[in-house]
Amino acid sequence: MLDTFMLSRIQFAANISFHILFPTITIAMCWFLCYFKVRFDLSGHPMWMRAYRFWVKVFALTFALGVVSGITMSFQFGTNWPGFMETVGNIAGPLLGYEVLTAFFLEATFLGVMLFGMGRVPNKVHTFSTFMVAIGTSLSAFWILALNSWMQTPTGFEMRDGVAHATDWWAIIFNPSFPYRLTHMLIASGLTASFFIAGLSAYRLLKGDEKKAPRVALKTALVVAAILAPTQAFVGDLHGLNTLEHQPQKIAAIEGVWHTEKGAPLVLFGIPDEEQQTTHYAIEIPKMASLILTHEWDGELQGLNEFEGNHPPVAPMFFGFRIMVGVGMLMIAASWLGCWFWWRKRELPSWMYRGLIAMTFSGWIATLAGWYVTEIGRQPWLVTGVLTTADAVTTVPNTSVATSLALYLTLYTVLIIAYLRTLLVMSNRAIELEEYQSPTATAIQSSAINAEAKA
Amino acid sequence: MSEAQWLPIVFVGLMGLAVLLYAILDGYDLGVGILLPNDNEQQRDTMIASIGPFWDANETWLVLAIGLLLIAFPEAHSEVMRELYLPTAIMLAGLILRGVAFDFRAKVALENKRMWDHIFRAGSLITSLSQGYMLGMYVMGFEYTAEAIGFSILSALGVTAAYAYIGAAWLVMKTEGELQVRAAKWGRRCGWTCLAGIIAVCAVNPLVNPAVFEKWFTFPFVVAMGMIPITCLAMFAIVDRVLKKVPLPDDFGCWLPFVCAVIIFVLCFQGLAFSFYPYIVPGKIDIWQAASAPESLMFILYGAVIVVPVILAYTAFSYRVFWGKATELKYY
Repeated sequence: MLDTFMLSRIQFAANISFHILFPTITIAMCWFLCYFKVRFDLSGHPMWMRAYRFWVKVFALTFALGVVSGITMSFQFGTNWPGFMETVGNIAGPLLGYEVLTAFFLEATFLGVMLFGMGRVPNKVHTFSTFMVAIGTSLSAFWILALNSWMQTPTGFEMRDGVAHATDWWAIIFNPSFPYRLTHMLIASGLTASFFIAGLSAYRLLKGDEKKAPRVALKTALVVAAILAPTQAFVGDLHGLNTLEHQPQKIAAIEGVWHTEKGAPLVLFGIPDEEQQTTHYAIEIPKMASLILTHEWDGELQGLNEFEGNHPPVAPMFFGFRIMVGVGMLMIAASWLGCWFWWRKRELPSWMYRGLIAMTFSGWIATLAGWYVTEIGRQPWLVTGVLTTADAVTTVPNTSVATSLALYLTLYTVLIIAYLRTLLVMSNRAIELEEYQSPTATAIQSSAINAEAKA
Repeated sequence: MSEAQWLPIVFVGLMGLAVLLYAILDGYDLGVGILLPNDNEQQRDTMIASIGPFWDANETWLVLAIGLLLIAFPEAHSEVMRELYLPTAIMLAGLILRGVAFDFRAKVALENKRMWDHIFRAGSLITSLSQGYMLGMYVMGFEYTAEAIGFSILSALGVTAAYAYIGAAWLVMKTEGELQVRAAKWGRRCGWTCLAGIIAVCAVNPLVNPAVFEKWFTFPFVVAMGMIPITCLAMFAIVDRVLKKVPLPDDFGCWLPFVCAVIIFVLCFQGLAFSFYPYIVPGKIDIWQAASAPESLMFILYGAVIVVPVILAYTAFSYRVFWGKATELKYY
């Protein structure tokens, strides 16, 4: 059987991969909800309320999965990686603490008012609560990415007796890779939520839902995606340059640069072979990697040969990065095409609806691929230059870890199936609702809206 | 007193507050989950509606408590988590199941709703049992002997009964009619089990831990420690009398059982906390040995001093919004 170290790594990867699926939707989706709610407050048009009402239910379900899988995460450090807190606890602890104090309580408490409080509080307070939840989810991303970025590019500390001590909190939070990683992740969440909303709305429209709500939701999501997708390519490039400066071995693995060279080609695709230190069947654009990363045709790129024994495994980095970029390109194309059709014809051809349905969870693929690149790319370190992953692992017997891992995997499989099925049930149910006739909400309609609001 | 001396005391106090609030708050919603009846869907709906707006924030106190242990006492955190590895995993599975069942039950097709109700109850039960088991193991100093395991199983049942007790008291306060009468009946039954559990822990704890024995039975502490069981007993008696009379005319004093249950929780927690202080891992690691660096604790303390009152304020706001009897659970 695998040893405690490998099992713990797999367990951590499984837990965090499952967890990220849900926040990556909810962080941005809550801002969509704010938008729907504000549009309703301003116009009084029931279609905005309809859109809010449908998506807030999806939000509640997704958020619940995020919360419970997040609780698991908070226990992982202690159960499987005690060396992490023992070595860098003085820094990681306060960052996690601030996440709980400023973000978790805010979102959890106002979520109650947002979901169930509409009839009980003035409308303004309800809109305010929606904003508080959105701020909470985004703050949570702020703190956890501050910690993750610090693990990638640690600054603002000194080592005393093998334990990290904070010297400058500003430098710890705003460490060199943090602004890039935070922006990259927030936009990733925006894209994930956009394609998620677009996909489910397209499904409803294709199934003959003729109400206005799915149409405005689809339009909003397409416009947001069309803006964010190219922005993400630009931010991603900046993030890459930042990584080149601070973690060149990561870039070397991503690009498959085996030996330091000038005018390195951009490998579009190939099969990296770590043993023979070469990429088979490589399709290359000459000098392009050097141009992108150094902005010079003959710029020098450090190769993996300079980081022997100290660089991440090449294959997952190489493929993960290409999957992420590929999905990103697809997102640019799909969102622009969708917007063009909408602008010209006020609707999409049915093949386009099908395409968007197929891309409902494209954000998950890109996000996971991107996180695998950045996290595997830090190996063999847990905290770059400070603590290796192998040194942080627990002494718990491997049978215990195997048991807990089996438990989690079973649970996650069941839950993901239940989640997807429930989304389908909710969408089908929404299709069958009747449309409101009048363009503005009246008192009678408000009560009709409430009557249908039963969870 | 230097920072390195008083900061750990402040943080163990904060952590204690988080644990206590968690036990009370998630205690009642876990209890409601455990009590879900098989035979009445409408009652299940009302019961779950009564905890709907709160459960998420309630669970956050657990994240804060475990977070504070991690932040302020990393060494103790590692030790405790290593010893309780499997019970922790099982508890997390329980928490996951009930958290999602809550949402799934409201959104799936009707024929599946019953299944999610079962999962909700099972998840609540698994969570309570494993928390009680962990408490027992903690009191016994993580020994894997037959007596320790036996005691921990007893503690698991005791904690589960206590959660069901406060859950029933919550229902008496938040519901009316037939369900309220039913909840009162559940509450009385759980009350006696709970009392037996507390007496058992009180008897065993000083016997297995000589340090605890010494602390409890020296003057002036013996007076204070004597007060705890006497007050608890009085509370149980009051609650039992009130529950016997439910439904009360004009619903007078429907909140009394819940308040008394909270007092019982506070007193029991006080008793346990007093027994072990200043140890964070009983008999092994004290709070000063386990504490993080003072500069890190100061950094988080600044934030906590500002943020914790704000959290308490908006928690109070949320309870005010959903004041009164639970109504049908509607989105908006």
